[in-house]
Amino acid sequence: MEEILKVEHLHKSFENLTVLEDVSLTVNKGEVVVIVGPSGCGKSTFLRCINGLEDIQDGRVILDGQTINPPLQKGDNYRQRIGMVFQSYELFPHKTILGNIMLAPIKVQKRDKNEVRAEAEQLLEKVGLSSKKDNYPRQLSGGQKQRVAIVRALIMHPEILLFDEVTAALDPEMVREVLDVILELAKQQRTMLIVTHEMAFARAIADRIVFMDGGSIIEVSEPERFFTEPRTERAKRFLKTFEY
Amino acid sequence: MDIEVIKRYLPLFSKAFLLTVKIGWLGIALAFVLGILCAFTLYYKLPVLSTIVRFYVELFRNTPLLVQLFFIYYGLPSIGIRISAQLCGTLGLGLLGGSYMAESIRSGLEAVPAIQSESAKSLGMTKWQAFRYIIAPQAFNISVPGLMANVIFLLKETSVFSAISLMDLMFTAKDLIGLHYNTTESLFLLVLFYVLMLLPVSFAGSLIEKKVRFGMYGD
Repeated sequence: MEEILKVEHLHKSFENLTVLEDVSLTVNKGEVVVIVGPSGCGKSTFLRCINGLEDIQDGRVILDGQTINPPLQKGDNYRQRIGMVFQSYELFPHKTILGNIMLAPIKVQKRDKNEVRAEAEQLLEKVGLSSKKDNYPRQLSGGQKQRVAIVRALIMHPEILLFDEVTAALDPEMVREVLDVILELAKQQRTMLIVTHEMAFARAIADRIVFMDGGSIIEVSEPERFFTEPRTERAKRFLKTFEY
Repeated sequence: MDIEVIKRYLPLFSKAFLLTVKIGWLGIALAFVLGILCAFTLYYKLPVLSTIVRFYVELFRNTPLLVQLFFIYYGLPSIGIRISAQLCGTLGLGLLGGSYMAESIRSGLEAVPAIQSESAKSLGMTKWQAFRYIIAPQAFNISVPGLMANVIFLLKETSVFSAISLMDLMFTAKDLIGLHYNTTESLFLLVLFYVLMLLPVSFAGSLIEKKVRFGMYGD
Protein backbone atom coordinates (compact mmCIF):
# COMPACT_ATOMS: atom_id res chain seq x y z
CA MET A 1 0.00 0.00 0.00
CA GLU A 2 1.19 3.44 -0.92
CA GLU A 3 1.74 5.91 1.88
CA ILE A 4 0.33 9.32 1.19
CA LEU A 5 0.57 11.05 4.56
CA LYS A 6 3.03 10.36 7.30
CA VAL A 7 3.17 12.17 10.62
CA GLU A 8 6.23 11.49 12.74
CA HIS A 9 6.55 12.28 16.44
CA LEU A 10 4.53 15.45 16.18
CA HIS A 11 4.70 17.74 19.15
CA LYS A 12 2.53 20.83 19.47
CA SER A 13 2.24 23.23 22.36
CA PHE A 14 0.73 26.64 22.92
CA GLU A 15 3.26 28.38 25.15
CA ASN A 16 3.43 26.08 28.18
CA LEU A 17 0.40 24.00 27.33
CA THR A 18 1.21 20.78 25.48
CA VAL A 19 -1.62 19.93 23.09
CA LEU A 20 -0.09 17.09 21.09
CA GLU A 21 2.66 14.84 22.34
CA ASP A 22 4.62 12.45 20.15
CA VAL A 23 1.81 11.76 17.70
CA SER A 24 2.69 9.49 14.78
CA LEU A 25 0.29 8.30 12.11
CA THR A 26 0.48 6.98 8.57
CA VAL A 27 -2.38 7.22 6.10
CA ASN A 28 -2.34 5.11 2.95
CA LYS A 29 -3.71 6.08 -0.40
CA GLY A 30 -7.44 5.47 -0.63
CA GLU A 31 -7.75 4.92 3.07
CA VAL A 32 -10.36 6.46 5.36
CA VAL A 33 -9.01 7.13 8.83
CA VAL A 34 -11.40 8.41 11.46
CA ILE A 35 -10.15 10.15 14.58
CA VAL A 36 -12.37 10.06 17.64
CA GLY A 37 -11.83 11.18 21.18
CA PRO A 38 -13.17 13.44 23.91
CA SER A 39 -13.38 17.22 23.43
CA GLY A 40 -10.08 18.95 23.90
CA CYS A 41 -8.05 15.83 23.17
CA GLY A 42 -6.20 17.60 20.36
CA LYS A 43 -7.81 16.01 17.32
CA SER A 44 -8.76 19.29 15.62
CA THR A 45 -5.33 20.74 16.36
CA PHE A 46 -3.82 17.61 14.84
CA LEU A 47 -5.65 18.27 11.55
CA ARG A 48 -4.58 21.92 11.63
CA CYS A 49 -0.95 20.88 12.09
CA ILE A 50 -1.18 18.62 9.07
CA ASN A 51 -2.02 21.42 6.67
CA GLY A 52 0.22 23.92 8.41
CA LEU A 53 -2.43 26.17 9.93
CA GLU A 54 -0.49 25.58 13.16
CA ASP A 55 3.27 25.54 13.45
CA ILE A 56 4.69 22.56 15.28
CA GLN A 57 7.37 22.37 17.94
CA ASP A 58 8.81 19.00 17.00
CA GLY A 59 8.33 16.17 14.54
CA ARG A 60 7.43 16.18 10.86
CA VAL A 61 4.45 16.01 8.55
CA ILE A 62 5.28 14.33 5.24
CA LEU A 63 2.94 14.46 2.26
CA ASP A 64 3.77 12.10 -0.57
CA GLY A 65 7.44 11.91 0.46
CA GLN A 66 7.86 15.64 0.94
CA THR A 67 8.14 17.30 4.34
CA ILE A 68 5.49 20.02 4.55
CA ASN A 69 5.45 20.94 8.23
CA PRO A 70 7.78 22.41 9.32
CA PRO A 71 7.81 23.85 5.79
CA LEU A 72 11.17 23.34 4.09
CA GLN A 73 10.83 26.23 1.69
CA LYS A 74 8.94 29.41 2.35
CA GLY A 75 6.05 29.92 -0.01
CA ASP A 76 5.85 26.27 -0.97
CA ASN A 77 2.25 25.84 -1.93
CA TYR A 78 1.49 22.38 -0.56
CA ARG A 79 -1.84 23.37 0.99
CA GLN A 80 -3.65 23.17 -2.32
CA ARG A 81 -2.82 19.44 -2.27
CA ILE A 82 -4.66 19.00 1.04
CA GLY A 83 -8.40 19.67 1.14
CA MET A 84 -9.85 20.91 4.40
CA VAL A 85 -13.48 21.18 5.46
CA PHE A 86 -14.22 23.14 8.62
CA GLN A 87 -16.86 22.67 11.29
CA SER A 88 -18.31 26.12 10.61
CA TYR A 89 -18.17 25.74 6.76
CA GLU A 90 -16.21 28.97 6.29
CA LEU A 91 -17.66 29.75 2.90
CA PHE A 92 -16.81 33.24 1.69
CA PRO A 93 -19.97 35.26 2.42
CA HIS A 94 -19.29 37.92 -0.21
CA LYS A 95 -19.12 35.41 -3.07
CA THR A 96 -21.81 33.33 -4.73
CA ILE A 97 -21.70 29.54 -4.46
CA LEU A 98 -20.01 29.27 -7.86
CA GLY A 99 -17.69 32.12 -6.89
CA ASN A 100 -16.70 30.27 -3.72
CA ILE A 101 -15.91 27.11 -5.62
CA MET A 102 -14.14 28.69 -8.60
CA LEU A 103 -11.91 31.21 -6.83
CA ALA A 104 -9.03 28.97 -5.74
CA PRO A 105 -8.71 26.82 -8.89
CA ILE A 106 -8.54 29.99 -10.99
CA LYS A 107 -6.33 32.12 -8.75
CA VAL A 108 -4.15 29.47 -7.12
CA GLN A 109 -3.93 26.78 -9.79
CA LYS A 110 -4.30 29.23 -12.71
CA ARG A 111 -6.73 26.90 -14.42
CA ASP A 112 -8.96 27.88 -17.32
CA LYS A 113 -12.15 29.58 -16.18
CA ASN A 114 -14.49 27.64 -18.47
CA GLU A 115 -12.99 24.33 -17.53
CA VAL A 116 -13.29 25.18 -13.82
CA ARG A 117 -16.88 26.32 -14.24
CA ALA A 118 -17.81 23.10 -16.01
CA GLU A 119 -16.26 21.01 -13.23
CA ALA A 120 -17.85 23.18 -10.52
CA GLU A 121 -21.29 22.72 -12.05
CA GLN A 122 -20.75 19.01 -12.41
CA LEU A 123 -19.70 18.66 -8.76
CA LEU A 124 -22.62 20.79 -7.57
CA GLU A 125 -24.94 18.55 -9.54
CA LYS A 126 -23.52 15.51 -7.77
CA VAL A 127 -24.27 16.96 -4.33
CA GLY A 128 -27.71 18.10 -5.49
CA LEU A 129 -27.10 21.84 -5.35
CA SER A 130 -27.13 22.90 -9.00
CA SER A 131 -30.02 25.24 -8.41
CA LYS A 132 -28.06 27.15 -5.75
CA LYS A 133 -25.03 28.05 -7.84
CA ASP A 134 -25.88 31.76 -8.10
CA ASN A 135 -27.05 32.11 -4.52
CA TYR A 136 -25.00 33.52 -1.66
CA PRO A 137 -23.99 31.40 1.33
CA ARG A 138 -26.41 33.22 3.63
CA GLN A 139 -29.28 31.87 1.51
CA LEU A 140 -28.32 28.24 2.14
CA SER A 141 -29.00 25.91 5.05
CA GLY A 142 -26.12 24.59 7.15
CA GLY A 143 -26.17 21.22 5.42
CA GLN A 144 -26.15 22.84 2.00
CA LYS A 145 -23.28 25.12 2.98
CA GLN A 146 -21.25 22.18 4.19
CA ARG A 147 -21.84 20.32 0.92
CA VAL A 148 -20.62 23.39 -0.96
CA ALA A 149 -17.54 23.51 1.29
CA ILE A 150 -16.82 19.89 0.37
CA VAL A 151 -17.17 20.69 -3.34
CA ARG A 152 -14.89 23.69 -2.89
CA ALA A 153 -12.21 21.40 -1.44
CA LEU A 154 -12.75 18.69 -4.08
CA ILE A 155 -12.33 20.94 -7.09
CA MET A 156 -8.68 21.47 -6.11
CA HIS A 157 -8.10 17.71 -6.70
CA PRO A 158 -6.43 17.26 -3.31
CA GLU A 159 -4.43 14.16 -2.50
CA ILE A 160 -6.04 13.94 0.90
CA LEU A 161 -9.15 15.45 2.46
CA LEU A 162 -9.32 16.57 6.09
CA PHE A 163 -12.73 16.83 7.74
CA ASP A 164 -12.84 18.70 11.03
CA GLU A 165 -16.10 17.82 12.82
CA VAL A 166 -18.03 18.82 9.75
CA THR A 167 -21.44 17.90 11.15
CA ALA A 168 -20.98 19.31 14.64
CA ALA A 169 -22.64 22.64 13.83
CA LEU A 170 -25.56 21.11 11.92
CA ASP A 171 -29.15 20.48 12.92
CA PRO A 172 -29.71 16.73 13.33
CA GLU A 173 -31.82 16.38 10.20
CA MET A 174 -29.04 17.91 8.08
CA VAL A 175 -26.27 15.66 9.34
CA ARG A 176 -27.28 12.82 7.07
CA GLU A 177 -27.09 14.77 3.78
CA VAL A 178 -23.51 15.74 4.56
CA LEU A 179 -22.46 12.29 5.75
CA ASP A 180 -23.94 10.75 2.60
CA VAL A 181 -21.68 12.95 0.49
CA ILE A 182 -18.61 11.85 2.47
CA LEU A 183 -19.70 8.21 2.22
CA GLU A 184 -19.93 8.64 -1.55
CA LEU A 185 -16.35 9.99 -1.57
CA ALA A 186 -15.18 6.95 0.37
CA LYS A 187 -16.66 4.72 -2.32
CA GLN A 188 -14.56 6.62 -4.88
CA GLN A 189 -11.42 5.59 -2.97
CA ARG A 190 -10.61 9.08 -1.77
CA THR A 191 -8.02 9.37 0.95
CA MET A 192 -9.65 10.98 3.97
CA LEU A 193 -8.79 11.88 7.53
CA ILE A 194 -11.98 12.54 9.44
CA VAL A 195 -12.51 13.95 12.91
CA THR A 196 -16.05 13.27 14.07
CA HIS A 197 -18.35 12.68 17.00
CA GLU A 198 -20.79 10.65 14.89
CA MET A 199 -19.92 7.18 16.13
CA ALA A 200 -22.28 5.27 13.85
CA PHE A 201 -20.85 7.11 10.87
CA ALA A 202 -17.29 6.47 12.03
CA ARG A 203 -18.02 2.78 12.29
CA ALA A 204 -19.58 2.66 8.84
CA ILE A 205 -16.97 4.63 6.93
CA ALA A 206 -13.61 4.01 8.63
CA ASP A 207 -10.91 1.66 7.51
CA ARG A 208 -9.16 2.45 10.75
CA ILE A 209 -10.21 4.23 13.91
CA VAL A 210 -7.70 6.38 15.76
CA PHE A 211 -8.63 7.08 19.36
CA MET A 212 -6.98 10.13 20.87
CA ASP A 213 -7.00 11.37 24.45
CA GLY A 214 -4.94 13.96 26.26
CA GLY A 215 -2.93 14.91 23.18
CA SER A 216 -1.77 11.40 22.30
CA ILE A 217 -2.94 8.52 20.18
CA ILE A 218 -4.13 5.87 22.63
CA GLU A 219 -5.40 3.22 20.31
CA VAL A 220 -5.57 2.42 16.58
CA SER A 221 -8.01 -0.31 15.61
CA GLU A 222 -10.25 -1.76 12.97
CA PRO A 223 -13.68 -0.13 13.44
CA GLU A 224 -15.55 -3.32 14.37
CA ARG A 225 -12.97 -4.18 16.95
CA PHE A 226 -12.81 -0.66 18.36
CA PHE A 227 -16.54 -0.41 18.90
CA THR A 228 -17.08 -3.94 20.20
CA GLU A 229 -13.97 -4.68 22.21
CA PRO A 230 -11.70 -1.65 22.63
CA ARG A 231 -8.28 -2.56 23.95
CA THR A 232 -7.75 0.31 26.37
CA GLU A 233 -9.62 1.38 29.46
CA ARG A 234 -9.79 4.98 28.24
CA ALA A 235 -11.43 3.97 24.99
CA LYS A 236 -13.96 1.87 26.91
CA ARG A 237 -14.75 4.83 29.14
CA PHE A 238 -15.06 7.13 26.13
CA LEU A 239 -17.43 4.79 24.28
CA LYS A 240 -19.58 4.41 27.40
CA THR A 241 -20.42 8.12 27.27
CA PHE A 242 -22.32 7.45 24.03
CA GLU A 243 -24.58 4.83 25.61
CA TYR A 244 -27.86 5.57 27.30
CA MET B 1 -36.31 87.30 -1.26
CA ASP B 2 -35.10 89.18 -4.31
CA ILE B 3 -34.59 86.99 -7.37
CA GLU B 4 -32.39 89.64 -8.97
CA VAL B 5 -29.99 89.51 -6.02
CA ILE B 6 -29.86 85.73 -6.29
CA LYS B 7 -29.07 85.97 -10.00
CA ARG B 8 -26.34 88.49 -9.27
CA TYR B 9 -24.82 86.33 -6.51
CA LEU B 10 -25.01 83.08 -8.43
CA PRO B 11 -21.62 83.36 -10.22
CA LEU B 12 -19.87 84.18 -6.95
CA PHE B 13 -21.47 81.22 -5.19
CA SER B 14 -20.72 78.93 -8.13
CA LYS B 15 -17.08 79.83 -7.92
CA ALA B 16 -17.03 79.29 -4.18
CA PHE B 17 -18.90 76.02 -4.67
CA LEU B 18 -16.25 74.70 -7.07
CA LEU B 19 -13.48 75.66 -4.67
CA THR B 20 -15.25 74.02 -1.72
CA VAL B 21 -15.92 70.84 -3.72
CA LYS B 22 -12.33 70.75 -4.96
CA ILE B 23 -10.74 71.10 -1.54
CA GLY B 24 -13.37 68.87 0.03
CA TRP B 25 -12.71 65.97 -2.33
CA LEU B 26 -8.94 66.44 -2.34
CA GLY B 27 -9.08 66.28 1.46
CA ILE B 28 -11.26 63.17 1.31
CA ALA B 29 -8.86 61.49 -1.12
CA LEU B 30 -6.00 62.24 1.26
CA ALA B 31 -8.14 60.95 4.14
CA PHE B 32 -8.66 57.63 2.35
CA VAL B 33 -4.95 57.18 1.62
CA LEU B 34 -4.00 58.05 5.20
CA GLY B 35 -6.84 55.99 6.61
CA ILE B 36 -5.87 52.87 4.67
CA LEU B 37 -2.21 53.17 5.65
CA CYS B 38 -3.04 53.78 9.30
CA ALA B 39 -5.63 50.99 9.40
CA PHE B 40 -3.07 48.49 8.04
CA THR B 41 -0.54 49.65 10.59
CA LEU B 42 -3.02 49.08 13.40
CA TYR B 43 -4.43 45.83 11.98
CA TYR B 44 -1.01 44.24 11.55
CA LYS B 45 0.18 45.81 14.84
CA LEU B 46 3.40 47.10 13.32
CA PRO B 47 5.80 47.95 16.14
CA VAL B 48 6.52 51.64 16.87
CA LEU B 49 4.43 52.77 13.89
CA SER B 50 1.18 51.65 15.46
CA THR B 51 1.94 53.67 18.59
CA ILE B 52 2.49 56.75 16.43
CA VAL B 53 -0.68 56.06 14.48
CA ARG B 54 -2.67 55.56 17.69
CA PHE B 55 -1.43 58.93 18.95
CA TYR B 56 -2.29 60.64 15.65
CA VAL B 57 -5.77 59.11 15.51
CA GLU B 58 -6.61 60.10 19.08
CA LEU B 59 -5.22 63.60 18.63
CA PHE B 60 -7.16 64.37 15.47
CA ARG B 61 -10.38 62.67 16.49
CA ASN B 62 -10.46 64.60 19.72
CA THR B 63 -9.77 68.13 18.49
CA PRO B 64 -12.07 70.27 16.32
CA LEU B 65 -11.13 70.88 12.68
CA LEU B 66 -11.16 74.62 13.30
CA VAL B 67 -8.44 74.26 15.92
CA GLN B 68 -6.43 71.99 13.63
CA LEU B 69 -6.71 74.48 10.77
CA PHE B 70 -5.61 77.37 13.02
CA PHE B 71 -2.67 75.31 14.13
CA ILE B 72 -1.61 74.48 10.56
CA TYR B 73 -2.35 77.90 9.08
CA TYR B 74 -1.16 80.22 11.84
CA GLY B 75 1.06 77.89 13.87
CA LEU B 76 3.30 76.34 11.26
CA PRO B 77 4.59 79.67 9.80
CA SER B 78 6.06 80.43 13.24
CA ILE B 79 8.42 77.46 12.74
CA GLY B 80 9.13 78.56 9.18
CA ILE B 81 6.62 76.42 7.26
CA ARG B 82 4.31 78.59 5.19
CA ILE B 83 1.58 76.99 3.12
CA SER B 84 -1.32 78.38 1.09
CA ALA B 85 -4.84 78.48 2.50
CA GLN B 86 -5.96 75.89 -0.06
CA LEU B 87 -3.23 73.44 0.82
CA CYS B 88 -3.92 74.09 4.49
CA GLY B 89 -7.61 73.28 4.00
CA THR B 90 -6.82 70.09 2.09
CA LEU B 91 -4.25 69.02 4.64
CA GLY B 92 -6.48 69.79 7.62
CA LEU B 93 -9.44 67.92 6.19
CA GLY B 94 -7.21 65.04 5.08
CA LEU B 95 -5.63 64.67 8.51
CA LEU B 96 -8.94 64.86 10.34
CA GLY B 97 -10.56 62.49 7.83
CA GLY B 98 -7.60 60.10 7.94
CA SER B 99 -8.11 59.52 11.64
CA TYR B 100 -11.79 58.71 11.15
CA MET B 101 -11.22 56.55 8.07
CA ALA B 102 -8.46 54.63 9.87
CA GLU B 103 -10.88 53.59 12.61
CA SER B 104 -13.66 52.65 10.17
CA ILE B 105 -11.34 50.55 8.01
CA ARG B 106 -9.58 48.94 10.98
CA SER B 107 -12.87 47.90 12.58
CA GLY B 108 -13.95 46.45 9.22
CA LEU B 109 -10.76 44.41 8.96
CA GLU B 110 -11.06 43.20 12.53
CA ALA B 111 -14.67 42.19 12.03
CA VAL B 112 -13.66 39.52 9.48
CA PRO B 113 -13.08 36.31 11.49
CA ALA B 114 -9.53 34.94 11.42
CA ILE B 115 -10.82 31.56 10.30
CA GLN B 116 -11.86 33.11 6.96
CA SER B 117 -8.20 33.71 6.29
CA GLU B 118 -7.42 30.11 7.31
CA SER B 119 -10.14 28.87 5.04
CA ALA B 120 -8.52 30.77 2.15
CA LYS B 121 -5.07 29.48 3.05
CA SER B 122 -6.33 25.91 3.25
CA LEU B 123 -7.28 26.30 -0.42
CA GLY B 124 -3.66 27.13 -1.19
CA MET B 125 -4.01 30.90 -1.31
CA THR B 126 -1.00 32.94 -0.29
CA LYS B 127 -1.28 35.47 2.51
CA TRP B 128 -1.64 38.22 -0.08
CA GLN B 129 -4.30 36.34 -2.09
CA ALA B 130 -6.26 35.65 1.10
CA PHE B 131 -6.16 39.35 1.89
CA ARG B 132 -6.92 40.51 -1.65
CA TYR B 133 -9.81 38.14 -2.42
CA ILE B 134 -11.24 37.25 0.99
CA ILE B 135 -10.40 39.67 3.80
CA ALA B 136 -10.32 43.04 2.04
CA PRO B 137 -13.65 42.71 0.18
CA GLN B 138 -15.45 41.57 3.32
CA ALA B 139 -13.85 44.30 5.41
CA PHE B 140 -14.88 46.84 2.79
CA ASN B 141 -18.47 45.60 2.80
CA ILE B 142 -18.54 45.94 6.57
CA SER B 143 -16.94 49.41 6.52
CA VAL B 144 -18.98 50.98 3.73
CA PRO B 145 -21.68 52.61 5.88
CA GLY B 146 -19.03 54.10 8.17
CA LEU B 147 -16.91 55.30 5.25
CA MET B 148 -19.88 56.96 3.58
CA ALA B 149 -20.84 58.67 6.84
CA ASN B 150 -17.27 59.96 7.09
CA VAL B 151 -17.36 61.34 3.55
CA ILE B 152 -20.54 63.27 4.27
CA PHE B 153 -19.22 64.46 7.62
CA LEU B 154 -16.01 65.71 5.97
CA LEU B 155 -17.85 67.52 3.19
CA LYS B 156 -19.88 69.33 5.82
CA GLU B 157 -16.75 70.21 7.77
CA THR B 158 -15.59 72.27 4.77
CA SER B 159 -17.79 75.04 6.18
CA VAL B 160 -15.04 76.00 8.64
CA PHE B 161 -12.56 76.78 5.84
CA SER B 162 -13.73 80.42 5.87
CA ALA B 163 -11.85 80.82 9.13
CA ILE B 164 -8.54 80.62 7.26
CA SER B 165 -9.76 83.11 4.60
CA LEU B 166 -10.52 80.50 1.95
CA MET B 167 -13.12 81.91 -0.44
CA ASP B 168 -15.44 78.97 0.10
CA LEU B 169 -19.24 78.94 0.31
CA MET B 170 -19.36 80.05 3.94
CA PHE B 171 -16.86 82.84 3.37
CA THR B 172 -18.76 84.08 0.33
CA ALA B 173 -22.06 84.10 2.20
CA LYS B 174 -20.62 85.93 5.20
CA ASP B 175 -18.82 88.36 2.94
CA LEU B 176 -21.91 89.21 0.91
CA ILE B 177 -24.05 89.58 4.01
CA GLY B 178 -21.46 91.97 5.40
CA LEU B 179 -21.32 93.97 2.20
CA HIS B 180 -24.96 94.27 1.22
CA TYR B 181 -27.07 92.95 4.13
CA ASN B 182 -28.85 90.58 1.72
CA THR B 183 -29.02 88.01 4.45
CA THR B 184 -31.96 85.97 3.18
CA GLU B 185 -30.64 85.56 -0.34
CA SER B 186 -27.10 84.77 0.81
CA LEU B 187 -28.20 82.17 3.34
CA PHE B 188 -30.62 80.66 0.85
CA LEU B 189 -27.81 80.20 -1.66
CA LEU B 190 -25.50 78.85 1.03
CA VAL B 191 -28.00 76.16 2.02
CA LEU B 192 -28.84 75.42 -1.61
CA PHE B 193 -25.24 74.84 -2.61
CA TYR B 194 -24.48 72.65 0.40
CA VAL B 195 -27.52 70.52 -0.38
CA LEU B 196 -26.39 70.39 -3.99
CA MET B 197 -22.99 69.20 -2.85
CA LEU B 198 -24.22 66.53 -0.43
CA LEU B 199 -27.42 65.13 -1.84
CA PRO B 200 -25.75 63.34 -4.80
CA VAL B 201 -23.13 61.91 -2.43
CA SER B 202 -25.86 60.65 -0.15
CA PHE B 203 -27.66 58.97 -3.04
CA ALA B 204 -24.48 57.51 -4.48
CA GLY B 205 -23.61 56.22 -1.00
CA SER B 206 -26.91 54.36 -0.67
CA LEU B 207 -26.45 52.87 -4.11
CA ILE B 208 -22.92 51.68 -3.41
CA GLU B 209 -24.01 50.30 -0.07
CA LYS B 210 -26.85 48.38 -1.62
CA LYS B 211 -24.70 46.99 -4.40
CA VAL B 212 -21.61 45.89 -2.49
CA ARG B 213 -23.46 44.64 0.57
CA PHE B 214 -26.06 42.55 -1.22
CA GLY B 215 -24.00 39.36 -1.16
CA MET B 216 -23.29 39.41 2.53
CA TYR B 217 -26.38 41.05 3.94
CA GLY B 218 -29.19 40.88 1.36
CA ASP B 219 -31.51 43.81 0.80
